[in-house]
Amino acid sequence: MDATIATFLIQDGLTNGAIYALLGLAIVLVFAVTRVIFIPQGEFVAYGALTLAILDTGQVPATPKLLLCFGAVAFLLDLWSWRRSFAMRDLVKNIALNLGLPLAIYGAVLYLAPLQLPSFIRALIAVSIIAPMGLYVYRIAYRPLADASVLVLLITSVGVHLAMLGLGLIFFGPEGLRAAPLHDGSFTLGPLLVTAQSVLIYLMTILIMVGLYFFFEKTLLGKALRATAVNRLGAQLVGVRTQLTGSTAFVLAATIAAISGVLLGPITTIYYDTGFLIGLKGFVAAILGGMGSFPITAIAAIGVGMVESFASFFASNYKEIIVFGLIVPVLIWLSLGANHHEED
Amino acid sequence: MAGNRHILPGALALILLAAFPLLPVPPFWITLANNIGLASLVAIGLVLLTGVGGLTSFGQAAFCGFGAYTTAVLTTAYGFSPWMTLPLSLAVGAAVAIPLGLMTVRLSGHYLPLGTIAWGLAIYYLFGRIELLGRYDGISAIPPLEIGSYRFLSGQSIFYVIWAFVILTALGAQNLLDSRVGRAIRALRGGSQAAEAFGINIERAKLTVFVFAAVVAALSGWLYAHMQRSINPTPFGLDMGITYMLMAVIGGAGYVWGAIFGASVVLILKETLQRVLPGLLDTTANFEMIVFGILLVGILQLSKEGLWPFVLKLLPRSRRSRQLAEPSSQLDKRDMPERGTPLLRIDKVRKQFGGLVAVNDVSFEIKAGEIVGLIGPNGAGKSTTFNLITGIASLSGGGVAYAGQTLSGLSPREIAKHGVARTFQHAKILPDMSVLENVALGAHLRGSAGVFRSILRLERKEEATLLTEAARQIERVGLGQYRDRPAGDLALGQIRILEIARALAADPTLLLLDEPAAGLRHGEKQELSNLLKKLRSEGVSVLLVEHDMGFVMGLVDNLVVLDFGTLIAQGKPQEVRKHPAVIAAYLGGVA
Repeated sequence: MDATIATFLIQDGLTNGAIYALLGLAIVLVFAVTRVIFIPQGEFVAYGALTLAILDTGQVPATPKLLLCFGAVAFLLDLWSWRRSFAMRDLVKNIALNLGLPLAIYGAVLYLAPLQLPSFIRALIAVSIIAPMGLYVYRIAYRPLADASVLVLLITSVGVHLAMLGLGLIFFGPEGLRAAPLHDGSFTLGPLLVTAQSVLIYLMTILIMVGLYFFFEKTLLGKALRATAVNRLGAQLVGVRTQLTGSTAFVLAATIAAISGVLLGPITTIYYDTGFLIGLKGFVAAILGGMGSFPITAIAAIGVGMVESFASFFASNYKEIIVFGLIVPVLIWLSLGANHHEED
Repeated sequence: MAGNRHILPGALALILLAAFPLLPVPPFWITLANNIGLASLVAIGLVLLTGVGGLTSFGQAAFCGFGAYTTAVLTTAYGFSPWMTLPLSLAVGAAVAIPLGLMTVRLSGHYLPLGTIAWGLAIYYLFGRIELLGRYDGISAIPPLEIGSYRFLSGQSIFYVIWAFVILTALGAQNLLDSRVGRAIRALRGGSQAAEAFGINIERAKLTVFVFAAVVAALSGWLYAHMQRSINPTPFGLDMGITYMLMAVIGGAGYVWGAIFGASVVLILKETLQRVLPGLLDTTANFEMIVFGILLVGILQLSKEGLWPFVLKLLPRSRRSRQLAEPSSQLDKRDMPERGTPLLRIDKVRKQFGGLVAVNDVSFEIKAGEIVGLIGPNGAGKSTTFNLITGIASLSGGGVAYAGQTLSGLSPREIAKHGVARTFQHAKILPDMSVLENVALGAHLRGSAGVFRSILRLERKEEATLLTEAARQIERVGLGQYRDRPAGDLALGQIRILEIARALAADPTLLLLDEPAAGLRHGEKQELSNLLKKLRSEGVSVLLVEHDMGFVMGLVDNLVVLDFGTLIAQGKPQEVRKHPAVIAAYLGGVA
């Protein structure tokens, strides 16, 4: 291995690591606020990337239709939950959110998809199709179980993952797709060839992290999310609507996942089931961060990207094994540090 | 547990099962039944792990893989006979599970499932990359099972082998749950504090059930290898691991027979879907995962107990109370220390939470055979002092000595071994277990039966003495009529009494009671007071925290008063009552 390969591997690791960092942050966010371990995140990544790839061809992807279905199910569930108490104002809000929003997005996509818009707009469309899915998935799968144990929520997550994986297979088929780069350019930095796409990834990652920081520090909703994360019952008692914080966390996570997908789509071929593996690497980072620390998760994610990049050079056969094996020493370390059992 | 309740349906099911391969059914059905049997084994392990123990693993398929590959390699490359590899396959399953379990038992619940997801994926890739294991092509030409010269080649013949193992495993699991070790495993879901306070090793109980689940999964893999006679990594991947979890969830938490039900539902559904769906959707990919995913979420939302309880409702049930076997021996009783000798010595104990001093250099002593009351206003540090004595909280300073031995620094489990038993201010019982079983948990340290003896029912004598002792303590505290009811049915006051019975089942020399009379009616308080006096006459020492002054004054030999973490008075109740500092603490300072 010479310096050129090393710098290439580092760049590769950094690019993937940045994506894992975003995903790791979203996992920690969702876990802190809702205690849900967000396994279906990978599907949101794949949906985002594949939706963009189809938009690139000028066709209408199937995901807006799926969004309509999700919205309709959420609508019906809400109706069912009101079978005893019913308020007109709620109904109007519900129709707007569960039926109006998906319809509006569906209509917009139908109109915009064939127009051959610039790539950034296409990416934006892809994200806005996928992000609201977080809202409906939370409403359909998790909200009825909001008070269940972490374990039940985790098994639920695996169920959601399976269902979304299967839907991905129906809508996108078993073939992989690759989106067009958001920006074609590249430049050399010393011996390095840096693509505009990877610079875009770094920028977006930093932007989202800064954005999240301001959201949590400066806005009331962000503070409500933090309050829910610290103490759910306490937050409820002082008037925080934990359903709202729950949906917000899911929409944020889905948005981050969709952005990751859009960023990743042009640099690697994405299959309907690729997202799961990518999401799991975000998990490895989140576990390294103890499922609680944003900065450690971000740093760990870069580390995961690096390990993966170098492992694929030195022992490509064992790449996945090495990456997932990373959590073994972490579990040992966490275990040695644990001196009490949780009472839940 | 289902126990003897369903002998008739059970026998009927057994006859149907035995007759099944003899009927003129299509061979495809036999294969399905065999697969259900194999999956049931894994699901039984998961029911114990998840439903009973509250731990979760998505990596069970990987353990099947270890069982299957062990026998495949040994029989094809090294000429072992299949039966010889059975113990080896199981041992490999256990050997892999132990380090994995050790890593996660000390961590909170979600690390194990997350770890097993990563592990399930990594192992799948590993199986597919290793030359010795035939990479993704796997290993073929595995010999069939044989007895003498009879070779189990047909689906019909191996059917009997598989289902014999399934039934034996289910019975073994049932036996395990209905034993001393089983109670410890069932206590895992109820939080660890109460269990540890009675000497149960939580980490060991977790490890036990994890290894048990891994071993039965390895058994399933071993059978699979000899049924299929060729293996590749596919059935040992994460997808299958998730499917096993679905089976356990459908079967329901804590129902061993539900595992077989869950496996049947999932596999029959899978077959049906694989036939019907391609016609509907016009392609051949495996879409059953959508249905499985929705099913998993739906069942958890509608009934966290799974579907098996609905089936149980259809079966006849008798409300006969549990017959206790006549014990052949008595449990050993601890020798009580001589009355009046110093028993527990609290020496300048201190507990700080950051800048807050919850217990401030408190010293007092309890002599053998006396009842000491620990009183003080709310927030005085009474419960914290309790937790310091029993090792639940760690000391910031000072020491606790018990009959001349140092208790400070010991874990609650080790302190329990010295004969210190306690109740909790917020009662910690296991609502799903019967009153009898809850109390028997207290007698945990007085038995010694391990996993193997429990599975094989070789510990029935010891179990009978433990249960008889528990029943005796229940009678003694006056809960006899509730013995076989779930503890969750009791009223709050009765639950406190139940906790006392549980503490008594531990045969304590020192009993620590945290607000035992709270929630009791007047008459019940009277009975409790009499019980404690009787215990005192038997030589048991008692330290109790209580707010009801009438109750305390007529009962205790000595009083210790705390206020804001500091000891303000101690002595005979009559003296303490007149102590100016005590009056000030209770009625507010007199200006």
